[in-house]
Amino acid sequence: MTILLFLAPASVALGGLGLIAFLWTMRSGQYDDPKGDAARILYDHLEDLSAIDKPD
Amino acid sequence: MSASLIVQRDLEAFIRRDEDGHGHLELLVSGARCAACIGKIEKAIRALPGVDGVRLNLTTGKLAVDLEATSVNPDRVVQTLEGLGYRACLFDPTEAVAAQDREGRELAVALGVAGFGAGNVMMFTVPAWAGLFGQELNASTLTVMYWMAAIVATPCALFAGRPFFRSAWASLRRGKANMDVPISIGVLLTLIVSFSETILHGRHAYFDAAVTLLFLLLIGRYLDHRLRANARSAARDLLALQTPVAVRLDGEAEHGVPVAEVRVGDRLAIAPGDRVPVDGRVEAGVSELDNALITGETSLAPVGIGSALYAGALNLTGRLVMTATARSEDSTLAAIARLMEAGAQSRSAYVRLADKAAALYVPVVHTAAAVTFVGVWALGLGPREALLRAAAVLIVTCPCALGLAVPAVQVAASGRLFRKGVLVKSGAALERLAEVDHVVFDKTGVLTEGRPRLMEAPAHLVAMAAPLARASRHPLARALAASAGLGLVAKDCVETPGQGVAGLIDGRPARLGRAAFVGVRAHAARETELWFGFDGDVKIRFTFEDQVRSDAAATIAMVRRLGMGVEILSGDLEEPVARVARAVGVENWRAGLTPFEKVEIIDRLKAEGRKVLMVGDGLNDAAALSKAHASMAPGAAVDVAQNAADLVFTGEELGAVTRAIIVARTARRRALENFSFSALYNLVAGPAAMMGLINPFIAALAMSGSSIVVLLNAVRPGLGWRSR
Repeated sequence: MTILLFLAPASVALGGLGLIAFLWTMRSGQYDDPKGDAARILYDHLEDLSAIDKPD
Repeated sequence: MSASLIVQRDLEAFIRRDEDGHGHLELLVSGARCAACIGKIEKAIRALPGVDGVRLNLTTGKLAVDLEATSVNPDRVVQTLEGLGYRACLFDPTEAVAAQDREGRELAVALGVAGFGAGNVMMFTVPAWAGLFGQELNASTLTVMYWMAAIVATPCALFAGRPFFRSAWASLRRGKANMDVPISIGVLLTLIVSFSETILHGRHAYFDAAVTLLFLLLIGRYLDHRLRANARSAARDLLALQTPVAVRLDGEAEHGVPVAEVRVGDRLAIAPGDRVPVDGRVEAGVSELDNALITGETSLAPVGIGSALYAGALNLTGRLVMTATARSEDSTLAAIARLMEAGAQSRSAYVRLADKAAALYVPVVHTAAAVTFVGVWALGLGPREALLRAAAVLIVTCPCALGLAVPAVQVAASGRLFRKGVLVKSGAALERLAEVDHVVFDKTGVLTEGRPRLMEAPAHLVAMAAPLARASRHPLARALAASAGLGLVAKDCVETPGQGVAGLIDGRPARLGRAAFVGVRAHAARETELWFGFDGDVKIRFTFEDQVRSDAAATIAMVRRLGMGVEILSGDLEEPVARVARAVGVENWRAGLTPFEKVEIIDRLKAEGRKVLMVGDGLNDAAALSKAHASMAPGAAVDVAQNAADLVFTGEELGAVTRAIIVARTARRRALENFSFSALYNLVAGPAAMMGLINPFIAALAMSGSSIVVLLNAVRPGLGWRSR
């Protein structure tokens, strides 16, 4: 039964890792624009746009 | 379009600047829907000089633009977007929006934490449940398990419960008990009892129940918040799109000024395509006005020097210069807005289904728990057992149907309606819609299509006149061109505002317009006709009519079959209203009503005890829309009407009205089913808890089980689409 003293904190820590990951996705605004993200992933050039030099 | 006047506007107020002088600008873009739009818009804006970065949020329609330190005129951005074919306006990020975002974020974080707690606490409580049956765990191991459960569950429950605790506290301070009071007391009492049980090496610890309860309730709370947030942002976007700017003439220079700053006596210019900003009188120019959205009249009103103008009318053909005779807040439009405000207030007094149920439920549960505590102690079982059983009563009777099932039903119903092109603004709107027993329709734009259509005319004649019609912006000419399809455009066209258009077709001079303009004499001029003819040749008359929507009659019949009364209230003249009423089969109609009379009639119906659904699209309906028990507006309605309405339907079909009513009624039935189920469940579980028959395993099972049953019933398909 002493194995529990190791396993229980380890599993809680793993769960906590998931929670931290969720909080991080919240903070970094990954749920702010689900529609836009769904569209952007289909097109490489949308991301490439930021690399294009401005013609002025 | 001449609508994009270059006017001086002070837009620096909309730019947020940081210390280095870099600016940040937000715009609301309407019409962007797909990935191609993102590419097109971002590329064009990025190409503007002085723009650092740009990102379009497709979900909210917000375009965020980062500006370099050098001054950039935000109007350039707006004009670029308009050039691409998107309507855009500057967006002033207000404090209210930020507060609402914070609330949603807090709920999401609480939900995440509760989910983590509910999942992980089970690692320790499931062995404990097993121990309740098989006795494999000895007492000390059980205590270790409970301590671990306590370490995980307590901080999670205290953190995730904050929205409930805060709301319960606020409610108690006002001397009332809302739904969050039993939830908060239940959770706190459960934690206290569980700790005391664990310390005393007892078996009845409910750490899992406390945090699972919060998790399930937070799902409901979050769904409800999303529904309200979507509705609110839709309403806010509509308001933002109405940026009221009037063009004031100082000598010959034009200045854009906020409508609120227009003073009596100011000279204002109104370009074709713009709305009249305040009441006034025409000083120069001729044009035709579309009053449909103010009065419901279908025919166009010709105006010339000296004519009176009412705020909100749409200027169609020529540029007008007017003198303001009233300030914005004294204009007709503002009077309507004040009526709308009054309507919205009377509506906010509406008590939602869940709150009605909570008013019954809260005292019953609290009394039951108190009786249990006193009764068990009086029976001589000791304070510990008494507290334990009182806590068990609070846990197993948790108001999941109230907190979870009703929002879930409403989210499912409004999601279904959304896919059918009906936007629901709030859950309360659905509940009100379900109670409706009388439907009032506006005529123009609701029962009819709201735009003129050519009455049957020989195809070769239409084709003959079409080249001139294509050159004109006039609505009747457009309707003619639309029925002719694509083709040639006449040469050397000259449009005379308020009169017609002249040009060359195959080298022959021709005219299209009013009778007098084309050269027909001694004919009673009507506004719903166009004359056409080659110079010196026979003149042809085209007549137009605002056509009744194809499914209007079927919808009215369906409304009757659903057991509701029907009535038409229109601002249009008697004759066209009578014709439409006949066509759709309604005997009960009134014509020539002012916006204020419409409100009076709605009020009278309300006084008779009717629950009225108002379906309207114009400014003249806006006040009635906000006064009625429930209201709907078509997507083509004016922004104000869409704002005032509870539901907005897009598409050409009026059948959306009956469909929405059916879905709302089904949703209400579903919610009532859930209440009955919870009541039944509580009648069994409550007494069992009082008698001390509930152990932690049964508490967890019963509580989650009942929540899942009401949730499944809420999202069960078949929300009333069988009857078409």
